Amino acid sequence: MTRRRLAAAGLAVAALAYLGWAVASIGFDAGRLREGIPRAATMGAALLRPDFVSHADDLFEGVLESLAIALVATAAGLVLALPMALGAARNVAPAAVYVVSRAVVSGCRAFPEMIVAIFFVVLVGFGPLAGALTLSLATAGFVAKLLAEEIEEIASAPAEAIVATGAGRAQVVLYGVLPQILPRLAGISLYRLDINFRESAILGIVGAGGIGATLNTAFGRYDYATASAVLLLIIGVVLVGETLSDRIRARVT
Amino acid sequence: MLRLEGVSKRYPHGAVALHGITLDVPRGQVLAVVGPSGAGKSTLLRCINRLVEPTSGRVVVDGVDVTALAPRALRRMRASIGMIFQEHALVDRLTALDNILCGRLASTGFWRSLARRFRDEDVAKAVTLAERLEIGEHVHRRTDRLSGGQRQRVGIARALLQDPKLLLVDEPTASLDPRTARGILRLIVESARERSLAAVINLHDVPLARRFADRVIGLKSGAIVYDGSPDGLSPEQLTAIYGEEDWSSEAAG
Repeated sequence: MTRRRLAAAGLAVAALAYLGWAVASIGFDAGRLREGIPRAATMGAALLRPDFVSHADDLFEGVLESLAIALVATAAGLVLALPMALGAARNVAPAAVYVVSRAVVSGCRAFPEMIVAIFFVVLVGFGPLAGALTLSLATAGFVAKLLAEEIEEIASAPAEAIVATGAGRAQVVLYGVLPQILPRLAGISLYRLDINFRESAILGIVGAGGIGATLNTAFGRYDYATASAVLLLIIGVVLVGETLSDRIRARVT
Repeated sequence: MLRLEGVSKRYPHGAVALHGITLDVPRGQVLAVVGPSGAGKSTLLRCINRLVEPTSGRVVVDGVDVTALAPRALRRMRASIGMIFQEHALVDRLTALDNILCGRLASTGFWRSLARRFRDEDVAKAVTLAERLEIGEHVHRRTDRLSGGQRQRVGIARALLQDPKLLLVDEPTASLDPRTARGILRLIVESARERSLAAVINLHDVPLARRFADRVIGLKSGAIVYDGSPDGLSPEQLTAIYGEEDWSSEAAG
């Protein structure tokens, strides 16, 4: 008993010591915090007066590029996701295919998008291509995982009936499986398009193109008014996108 | 037309569903299979077109050993066996016409199936069938908008569009009201008779079986305990199939 207590006390002391060392190592300094306050005020003031005009071209191109990245990545991701989802659904795929597909899906989802983006920037250089590649992979993993779960929940009787007509594997998928998951597929795709647009705004920070690049440049030259305009544009596009996708989803049942 | 030789089925978890079923069904015979739920009726039917793989024994349809067929030949064989399901097993989000046309998938190429463009003569046949089954005005409606009886007619049309030589029918009247049930069964039996098809019909409703079948088989715990004319179904026979109960209203007499 005393032994365990002693061990616990030792651990607590060690943890406290480590915490103290950690605080010291990040250079915590009240002075620097104090200096930050007036900067926050300037930034806040500028953010309240967004400037859409001075760099209108950059803003316009940035938004267009982000939309393009989001659209291309969603489309490419969907094309990749469908076979992955079918492979990762226990009720459709043979056991060996299932195991491999599950691994591929997990692989697509394993790394944070920022890290994948840095990797692709190194591979293909700065610009929207790196962003589109990153988000295609992320979309494939995301959609495949959700869709596979959906496929595993379909009613088996209609698919069995299609098998009984002598239809081939692909036809069973086309007629027995896909119609059943179509509403979910539409919903997931629109949701992912929305995510991809927002993500494309972040990926610009590591040089993967899009409105994020514009935002990064604006911050770089302390041009908070333009940065504010970028943020408002992102919010605006996301809101419009959400309204549109709600409408479309309401129609697909 | 159909011959079963010692067909047995043991499921992986050890449950034995069928014990060496031997059976001969000549062309044009309507055979009703009755028995309590869990007796193996559904498994028996699915062993014929190998939706369920029999563990041992042979299934011979029109002189061909179904149990020995490779995948492609098996699909061709399935195309010549029409199957009608409990609760119709239609794809809800497709139109009635598309559901009926699934009966032609086996002879429709991949690209045509993908584009959902069936051959004109197949579409014409499907529409004619739908009209004869009195669902002609509903063919362009989604099947989830149809009544239970109408949906079962779509299921019948799908099976008949296959131009089958054998009909397998699994509890076609489950979930239908008594009047619709009788109408649907009459339709199935008449369709089989006018094409002189052999038909195997699983039924839980003994009076319906007596009324429409040429021959009745009683299945209990995976074995045949009665095989004879509907008129021979005495209270003693019913007790052998279902267990002790007052059978005076169901028995022949």
